[in-house]
Amino acid sequence: MTTDTAKMPAAGRMGYRFNLVGMLALAVILLWGLVAVFAHLLIPYPVGEIVDFDYFGPMSAQFWLGSDYLGRDMFSRIVMGARYTVGISVAAVAIACTTGVVLGMIAAVSGGWTDTLLSRFLDAMSSIPSKLFGLVVVAAVGSSIPVLIITLSVIYIPGAYRFARALAVNINAMDFITVARTRGENVFYIIRSEILPNILGPVLADLGLRFVFIVLLLSGLSFLGLGVQPPYADWGALVRENIGGLPFGAPAVMFPSIAIASLTISVNLLIDNLPYKIRDRSA
Amino acid sequence: MTNLVEIRDLKVEAKTDSGRIVEIIKGVSFDVAEGEIVALIGESGSGKTTVALTLMGHARPGCRISGGSVKLAGKDMARLSEKARARVRGTEVSYVPQSAAAAFNPAATIMEQVIEITRIHDLMPAAEAKSRAVELFRALSLPEPDTIGDRYPHQVSGGQLQRLSAAMALIGDPKIVIFDEPTTALDVTTQIEVLRAFKAVMRKGGIAGVYVSHDLAVVAQIADRIIVLKGGEVQEAGRTGQILSNAKHPYTRELLAAFEPKARGAAPVVSEARPILAIENIVAGYGAVQRNGLPLVCAVRSVSLTVEKGRNLGIIGESGCGKSTLARTIAGILPTSGGRVIFDGQELAPSASKRTHEQLREMQIVFQYADTALNPAKSIEDILARPLTFYHGMNGPARDKRIAALLDMVQLPGSVRHRRPAELSGGQKQRVNFARALAADPKLILCDEITSALDTVVAAAVIELLKELQRELGLSYIFISHDISVVEAICDEIVVMYAGEKVEQLMPSATGKRPQHPYSQLLFSSVPKLDPHWLDGLERDPELVRAYCQR
Repeated sequence: MTTDTAKMPAAGRMGYRFNLVGMLALAVILLWGLVAVFAHLLIPYPVGEIVDFDYFGPMSAQFWLGSDYLGRDMFSRIVMGARYTVGISVAAVAIACTTGVVLGMIAAVSGGWTDTLLSRFLDAMSSIPSKLFGLVVVAAVGSSIPVLIITLSVIYIPGAYRFARALAVNINAMDFITVARTRGENVFYIIRSEILPNILGPVLADLGLRFVFIVLLLSGLSFLGLGVQPPYADWGALVRENIGGLPFGAPAVMFPSIAIASLTISVNLLIDNLPYKIRDRSA
Repeated sequence: MTNLVEIRDLKVEAKTDSGRIVEIIKGVSFDVAEGEIVALIGESGSGKTTVALTLMGHARPGCRISGGSVKLAGKDMARLSEKARARVRGTEVSYVPQSAAAAFNPAATIMEQVIEITRIHDLMPAAEAKSRAVELFRALSLPEPDTIGDRYPHQVSGGQLQRLSAAMALIGDPKIVIFDEPTTALDVTTQIEVLRAFKAVMRKGGIAGVYVSHDLAVVAQIADRIIVLKGGEVQEAGRTGQILSNAKHPYTRELLAAFEPKARGAAPVVSEARPILAIENIVAGYGAVQRNGLPLVCAVRSVSLTVEKGRNLGIIGESGCGKSTLARTIAGILPTSGGRVIFDGQELAPSASKRTHEQLREMQIVFQYADTALNPAKSIEDILARPLTFYHGMNGPARDKRIAALLDMVQLPGSVRHRRPAELSGGQKQRVNFARALAADPKLILCDEITSALDTVVAAAVIELLKELQRELGLSYIFISHDISVVEAICDEIVVMYAGEKVEQLMPSATGKRPQHPYSQLLFSSVPKLDPHWLDGLERDPELVRAYCQR
């Protein structure tokens, strides 16, 4: 028997394999996560303070990413913006996926009326265009961070529900679920202990994808002026504020866009290159 | 006689997901003479299908032929280019798969698919191919040979489809046909027709064959020579008669011994008059309830039976006869539409969700496929711990001790505790499956085809285990199977089911009387025996066959 370890890209000690693209993507995501957490320690200037005499200033040693349309430091604003973009999106995706997945599993396991009611209700919800729904809600209630989080999560619950229900229905048809039922287990035990561990992988992948959608929708809402309100700004709002700099190729409009792109593309790449477990244990 | 096929020192290797290379065929050599049928026999994972596929120069994805030669009529299939192989496939070597149902395209007529080979290789005009196909249909004794080709695959039965796939393989006039377990998925009563048809066509055309199977008795009927494989190596090779009567290799002997399990000794004395389970006029089925109170599709029609304490009841019948539905009904998975289930003196609610904790505990069901019956995300320990906690409220060291005892009972090493089901073999998984049922301390275990997915040798070991546990724990089993020899080995009484009805209840043939009902006679006479002349000598009443084998 021959073993060629040379060809194995980064096989972990735990029997997992994780390729380079996935690791790079994870590094970018972690970086943004850390930036969001430690934003207050990183910023060289307060976000609201006008520090440059010029507007749409170029990149310099003093202002690393140039200055915006009022002469505020772009680096500080992007670093603080990470808090809003990452924070709001993480909160929204957590609510959306938890609710959707739990409801999806309940529907799959209960079947019958519960399933029909939940499915039709959420189908009806998903027929409302997401941007429009966001616009209407924010316009009606006014924009605040809790409102944004709830709106975004409500928009993405039906998708998470559909996905989890489809997976759970397949698992529910397995004999071990029948065994659990004839043992006399209740719905919640079946959901938590028998179904959830078996759908967790795909659900996590879906969570990542949904996170990307939420970042983009949040940026879209902010771009339309319905997101985070000035003087604070998330990345979408930064693009909107500085859109006037586009003809000059100002860094103030480029970097927030790059920030959005780097985060969403990294999440996508990470999902496509998640570490997977090596089943061949004798290696 | 020249050799049509010469395989020399064939090696096939596979790459695992960690990039490690495993040799799955370790230097196999054998010949097939012209017009000879050679059987490759062995347990699952022995490499028998892999060897057969190399005859077409094919290795399954992730595998490759790494050494040796596969000479087919002078050409080395292992060295040919993919294009040259494609020319040989269908014209010189062809393949009959295990599941004909999966091999046919449901959207095209059978005739189109059968003559496809002649079209691809441009062998003959379509009209000629069609008349040749009809000839083959006739030779394979298919009903209505002139028109059966116009049907779609779903309009013919499984046995017919399997013969049609043989017609597909034979139309290009191959020198050799590979049969990959072609009768494994069929009922015994249909298997005979298919085997006969194969044998007749192969003999008449002087076509060589490689017959892959795990069933020694089936192989004995059709093969001239038998090659026993295990772990990718030839264990023994010889003429059929010689292998059956005078096997040299211990593994072959084990296979032969497993074929005829030891009959069950005298049943323990029945001390209680009350039966453990009595069912009365059970009706069950699927679909909406009709106006007459019956379900749309009735799978079980008014079946009554009783199981005495400490005794075993076998239920046999072909696929679709309602035997599994009956088990699911008794277990409350599928509520009855009529009739009563009386368990240990108490009438049970039709649905499991309405039964009491104790009632559920005392009757356990074990399913056929251990793969789907064990949660792949949990360790063996967790799987066994749940019923202990759930039924007996056990925790901590007491539970650990009990898990160890259970594993010991089903003869598994304690080291499997922390493994996941995917890391166990088929037989081990089935033992865990059974241990989980035992964890409940049941009085009755419903075994639904529990040995059908296992290799013969492994299945025999599981049956032995079941018998032993019964002696120790005083259990009763309801044992459902399509395999009569398995049922005879373990049961005190046998119920024969046909089309949802119980046709007869009898004793195992070793101890009891002969079957009386015509269907049971047909069923019992259809079980292949380890005698190469059995098929040729078998005579069946054509009236009976017509009455019961229409599907």
